[in-house]
Amino acid sequence: MPTTLTAFADVTTSDSALRRFLHGLPGVDAVGLEARAASLGTRSIKTTAKAYAIDLAISMIDLTTLEGADTPGKVRALSAKAVNPDPTDRTTPMTAAVCVYPDMVATAKAALNGADVKIASVATAFPAGRAALPVKLADTRDAVAAGADEIDMVIDRGAFLAGRYLETYELIRTIKEACVREDGSAARLKVIFETGELSTYDNIRRASWIGMLAGADFIKTSTGKVGVNATPANTLLMLEAVRDFRAQTGIQIGVKPAGGIRTTKDAIKFLVLVNETVGEDWLSNHWFRFGASSLLNDLLMQRQKLSTGRYSGPDYVTVD
Amino acid sequence: MASVFEYAPAPESRSVVDIAPSYGLFIDGEFTDAADGKVFKTVSPSSEEVLAEVAQAGAADVDRAVKAARRAFEKWSALPGSERAKYLFRIARIIQERSRELAVLETLDNGKPIRETRDADLPLVAAHFFYYAGWADKLGHAGYGADPRPLGVAGQVIPWNFPLLMLAWKIAPALAAGNTVVLKPAETTPLSALFFADICRQAGLPKGVVNIIPGYGDAGAELVAHPDVNKVAFTGSTAVGKAIARQIAGTDKKVTLELGGKGANIVFDDAPIDQAVEGIVNGIFFNQGQVCCAGSRLLVQESIHDELLDSLKRRLSTLRLGDPLDKNTDIGAINSADQLARITALAETGEAEGAERWSPACELPSSGYWFAPTLFTNVTQAHTVARDEIFGPVLSVLTFRTPDEAVAKANNSQYGLSAGIWTEKGSRILAVANQLRAGVVWANTFNKFDPTSPFGGYKESGFGREGGRHGLEGYLDV
Amino acid sequence: MSESSATRLNVFKTYKLYVGGKFPRSESGRVYEVSDSKGKWLANAPLSSRKDARDAVVAARKAFGGWSGATAYNRGQILYRIAEMLEGRREQFVREVGEAEGLSKSKAGAVVDAAIDRWVWYAGWTDKIGQIVGGANPVAGPFFNLSTPEPTGVVTVIAPQDSSFLGLVSVIAPVIATGNTVVVIASEKSPLPALSLGEVLATSDLPGGVVNILSGKAGEMGPHLASHQDVNAIDLAGADPVLAKELEIAAADNLKRVLRPQPVDDWSADPGMSRMTAFLETKTVWHPTGSLGAGGSSY
Repeated sequence: MPTTLTAFADVTTSDSALRRFLHGLPGVDAVGLEARAASLGTRSIKTTAKAYAIDLAISMIDLTTLEGADTPGKVRALSAKAVNPDPTDRTTPMTAAVCVYPDMVATAKAALNGADVKIASVATAFPAGRAALPVKLADTRDAVAAGADEIDMVIDRGAFLAGRYLETYELIRTIKEACVREDGSAARLKVIFETGELSTYDNIRRASWIGMLAGADFIKTSTGKVGVNATPANTLLMLEAVRDFRAQTGIQIGVKPAGGIRTTKDAIKFLVLVNETVGEDWLSNHWFRFGASSLLNDLLMQRQKLSTGRYSGPDYVTVD
Repeated sequence: MASVFEYAPAPESRSVVDIAPSYGLFIDGEFTDAADGKVFKTVSPSSEEVLAEVAQAGAADVDRAVKAARRAFEKWSALPGSERAKYLFRIARIIQERSRELAVLETLDNGKPIRETRDADLPLVAAHFFYYAGWADKLGHAGYGADPRPLGVAGQVIPWNFPLLMLAWKIAPALAAGNTVVLKPAETTPLSALFFADICRQAGLPKGVVNIIPGYGDAGAELVAHPDVNKVAFTGSTAVGKAIARQIAGTDKKVTLELGGKGANIVFDDAPIDQAVEGIVNGIFFNQGQVCCAGSRLLVQESIHDELLDSLKRRLSTLRLGDPLDKNTDIGAINSADQLARITALAETGEAEGAERWSPACELPSSGYWFAPTLFTNVTQAHTVARDEIFGPVLSVLTFRTPDEAVAKANNSQYGLSAGIWTEKGSRILAVANQLRAGVVWANTFNKFDPTSPFGGYKESGFGREGGRHGLEGYLDV
Repeated sequence: MSESSATRLNVFKTYKLYVGGKFPRSESGRVYEVSDSKGKWLANAPLSSRKDARDAVVAARKAFGGWSGATAYNRGQILYRIAEMLEGRREQFVREVGEAEGLSKSKAGAVVDAAIDRWVWYAGWTDKIGQIVGGANPVAGPFFNLSTPEPTGVVTVIAPQDSSFLGLVSVIAPVIATGNTVVVIASEKSPLPALSLGEVLATSDLPGGVVNILSGKAGEMGPHLASHQDVNAIDLAGADPVLAKELEIAAADNLKRVLRPQPVDDWSADPGMSRMTAFLETKTVWHPTGSLGAGGSSY
């Protein structure tokens, strides 16, 4: 445990201590939170600011394919797209990462061929997380061994909703240890809460703190597999959590909204949330990511519009 | 805020509004010069640019307008309520159609950010006309008797902080109830009322039902004193409100007064802190704090004072002050040089009395009237900044220890317009709300308005309510 | 009995003020003569001073918190108790009202009956007015929004001059029914029924200070009460036009709610609600409703 976390050492000594701590966090008023997120959504980002935001957003994408039908060909295409999003414009930044299932990590690694695009792998019986701990650990170790730079784990929402907070915390700690490679380095750990299943904002704040206390490098909204995924409000709430956590511990943690972010307009709203909630320290792909797939093409079309003055069309970006 | 993510200017287009070089008084359905030919200039507070020259009403014009309203009253009040309703629905629709134009106009003339005129003022203006339109043919069901009668001619004097919204609050219920009106907008913000006159013409409103007479306080006093005015409605300062109350003593004139405030925003230690911070900011920096119901006194439980102040200061540092027409501006210009001088003087008094002053780093434009968002800490009930209405972006921070003390301090004011409560404990909200002597109590929110929701003060914040069923009473002979 | 009563000297009553639940004399020590309608001396009444008025305001303010905070049901029971107590002392009031207003016994009886019934009417209003004039407002947003009537505070009443008892009851009962406390200046010419009412109120479970009854000159005390910064409202029912205007001007100093004098032909007519609503404030409380879950926005 980092020394700066010692102030919180007591809260994870027992289930009841952790419960007391989590339930002592300030409550969240849903209407006020959503109103603040909506208000920031009215920011008008134009011209130079828009160009900056589009490139930043592209560079923050974890370009994702998480389908049962994923094939090596699909993953290779995705990887190529991540490295070279717009073949017509080589100034386009690469995405931050590709995000695949563990069994596709090796394929992605080969396809990326050393390019500066990270490989993120979901793990821990994604998306439901309904498997025994040894399975989750094996899943994680496989992905790391295959070359994953980042692990996107899911918490056990069942345990959380049943009030077994310490179990949730311990799972993250255990997976965090499994991210360590033989050479002592470690994959960065993103912890997915599946906010749509946690349902209330109070739960999302509590889950965020469990994740941060347990050593998450990123906290992430969703799997993309349920009805409600990333929203401006739940992302704002998680940004507030990492802001407060750094203020109290000095430890900075990243945030990743995932699922449902499809347009440039949406992405820019999230960047405004970052800018005005936690500020420029989080405005890089080391600290903020978008879990997305179709978003990239919309960003590319908007990028073409800015550079050519013409509206682009789907035939002028690649479909992979 | 210096950031790697700098927002490029995003100005709303001025071309949606066409401001004429000069405007007349709107009397009996016509634009007309003042009897004595006097005019005054209205300037844009953010640039000091002259926007237009406007006829200045004097005593003779007031008389002319009241006579026109009196002539129009007989027919207007005799119209079936359903017909009056349709005129008001027409007005509401035209306001919606022209809302972008009116928002830009209001921002130019008043100095408030386009974000507010676009997202708050104009939607509420249209909603207010819609709401009261529906009452016009249902007055017998409003709880004031089977066939309540209008009063006659309403003399209405409105302030500069929400020029068109205050016009809507005054004119919509007056017309729905069957009165005719003479309305005097504030001398620093006459334009949106004059555009409203044009909307009345577009709606085909019979001449004389609405008369708009821009002018100064003297014209307002003439209007209030006019013997043929049956109803006086005023929104503005408590000092003028008292003068009006004296002026109409011994007459049959009915009066509603919406006056000053020094709203307490009470934050308990179990508050939803992030939303409370937003509510505090919205409470005092909405419309540059030029709001009668502003939460200008922050009462924070001592146990969370430091933590809350840190959050609040961090949040204030992200406020964007500047060109009101820029869609990203949070804090616009102060409405006038006079108001700026008053805010400045009161803030200096706060410092002189030993309160600790803080503002975020914030560059003020070189022309126009500007005041940086300001906090005063170490404030006690005895400080001037805790007692006097500043009507500007200045928040006084006080502490309390217990709910009883919070209530006692909140109520310790000659005003009683608004208050806020922030706590996650339901019973505490209800108990404290019950004890507060204020007409509007916002719990876990602040500065929310709606045409269905009665608004108005206790004590020296005035009397009568505007909005809702309650708002009809002031315009009916009941 | 009859022989002895023929020679027995009856006991005069010393009429005193009713302030803060007690029966003080005027602090000034002054009294004035009260006569019946034919000019026959009835009693001396305290000639209250501005200091008595001041003390009455203090008492009314002190009582406000408890009275306004009492449940509406409780206030209704106490108002009904006043009617019960009055019924028991009906004969006394019939005599006093008859003497004061020059009415026959049957006419005075009708007036007293109407006054008793008026307390019963307002007793029933205490727990209904809130639903009639308040309610939920359907605002366009995720908020629960409720308007409720609340008492204005300390109300000064200049009681009607002619209707010394029914008029008096008709102006003070609506004020206290909703939780206000009152300082009333009784009819100057005919204060005795009002002063006797104090004795009824004192035995009706009504907390001291809720009603404070002064006798004397409205023209002398009125300006002090109208300008008093701790009085919230004034009912000018019994003020003549000149005094009413003077008091309305003075009342503007702290923006008191003013109920102007209105001609009343028949105090026994249905009083309606206007005397209650004149001294009510509407408080509107907002609270977010929000969504049940973060999953779906409620707006």
